[in-house]
Amino acid sequence: MLDIQKIRADFPILNQKVNGKPLVYFDNGATSQKPQVVIDAIVDYYSRYNANIHRGVHTLSQLATDAYEQARHKIQQHFNAKHDYEIIFTSGTTEGINLIANGFAALLKKDDEVIVSALEHHSNIVPWQMLCEHTGAKLLVIPMNYDGELLMDEYEKLLSDKTKLVVCNHISNGLGTINPIEFIIEKANQVGAAVLIDGAQACPHLKPDVQKLDVDFYVTSAHKMCGPTGVGMLYGKEAWLRKLQPYKGGGEMIATVTFEKTTYADLPHKFEAGTPNICGGIAFGTAIDYMNAVGYDNIAAYERELLEYATKKLLELEGIEIYGTKDLNKKASVISFNFKGIHPYDVGTIIDKLGIAVRTGHHCAQPIMDFYKIPGTIRASFAFYNTKEEIDLMIEALKKAQMMLS
Amino acid sequence: MTIQEIQDEIVDEFSMFDDWMQRYEYIIDLGKSLPLIDEQYKTEDNIIKGCQSKVWVHAEQIGDKVVFTADSDAILTKGIIAILIRAFSNQKAVDILEANTDFIDEIGLKEHLSPTRANGLVSMIKKIKMYALAFNAKN
Repeated sequence: MLDIQKIRADFPILNQKVNGKPLVYFDNGATSQKPQVVIDAIVDYYSRYNANIHRGVHTLSQLATDAYEQARHKIQQHFNAKHDYEIIFTSGTTEGINLIANGFAALLKKDDEVIVSALEHHSNIVPWQMLCEHTGAKLLVIPMNYDGELLMDEYEKLLSDKTKLVVCNHISNGLGTINPIEFIIEKANQVGAAVLIDGAQACPHLKPDVQKLDVDFYVTSAHKMCGPTGVGMLYGKEAWLRKLQPYKGGGEMIATVTFEKTTYADLPHKFEAGTPNICGGIAFGTAIDYMNAVGYDNIAAYERELLEYATKKLLELEGIEIYGTKDLNKKASVISFNFKGIHPYDVGTIIDKLGIAVRTGHHCAQPIMDFYKIPGTIRASFAFYNTKEEIDLMIEALKKAQMMLS
Repeated sequence: MTIQEIQDEIVDEFSMFDDWMQRYEYIIDLGKSLPLIDEQYKTEDNIIKGCQSKVWVHAEQIGDKVVFTADSDAILTKGIIAILIRAFSNQKAVDILEANTDFIDEIGLKEHLSPTRANGLVSMIKKIKMYALAFNAKN
């Protein structure tokens, strides 16, 4: 059992008023809030040992390098990668996806196929479209049903020896669907295709084991799991990371440079050109420690309670439609909904005035909105520091918005 | 009435409201009363792409005046355009070009003026001024 009041005290930002009302933060799918330990890690780095890493022989540089590499090790442990050097620091999920898409530009040829899912965030669509445009490969899409579940029999039909890459999110940011990635990976492996899983929405809720998943690439962002913005990680199987060409050139990623030829540094530095987000990487490690101290089992159980409670309360409201699966076992603590005849933007604007922070719009997943023929949804996404009392406040605010808008 | 006089009138009306709820209710009412744009003008060219709601603005010159019609799929956005149309429609192009938009701030909608705000109020004003600029160049 989590002591929620104690946990809330870890997050200074939660204790404030917005527009004169106590803040209710339900936009965790966009970014999570940060506990004091993470904020302290950032301040500590800049106050005590800020220096460039991997280069200096001086003490501060050594301290910073150790802390950064220690963070990499924490990430490796957390995701159960085989080696530290299979963890590449990135600026976030988007960069991780782009890094792999760029690497595959040299490997794909005309008429090869890349499979994405109908549930993807734009950042897991556009880089693959660009890759296909560049190489002449084809982009195929795993369709979904009205409940926002990917159709696995259709997926199997798409697979062939032409399939070189399958990409899918672990949890959908638009609807919260937990996708059957184990099945997706297994079937892709059977035709020899590589798989990239976008874990941006999953990592705040669960702890993926990349070896058990037997996934080729797994990408995520720190900022959705209590870490700072501008940093993330790419896990890649060693063999793949050795095979792929780096996509950014610069310092740090080289072994030797002459004007005739450059040889690249070993993993992971080959993919980490330039001075990285040192502070961000270190604080990412702190965030992972914090999440594990709270405990993913506790988080899952408590968020499930919030999801059930909010779903039940929302369904009592008139004219509501909740998008996505009704089977809460297949869903993270994310609820995407609309009220009949009311634009989500109007609702979002009014409940903001009542202190409720939700996301409205297409959530960077326009194909999902097109599927439902709607301009967007209202998305409430809960974290382990949210409470049922906050859900009650949201329900009251929604009632008020409905009254004003209809 | 001049644009300035209309804007002063709008500011007067909004000064009667004590809180945001009354202001928003009024904007919603304005949105509901906005004469709709003719369907044929709901074209890609007339669309102002904000992130969140769709807005169409159409302009035509009648005599020496520019007349605007508009629509949006979100009611608050529609109410805000209704205010803009009241201020700028049926005015000479040159006057529209020279007019300032400080009254938006004075009626308590400053937050909607931020260029990063997803409702595109800044883009709406830009579009209105662009139409005026085009008509002014033609005259």
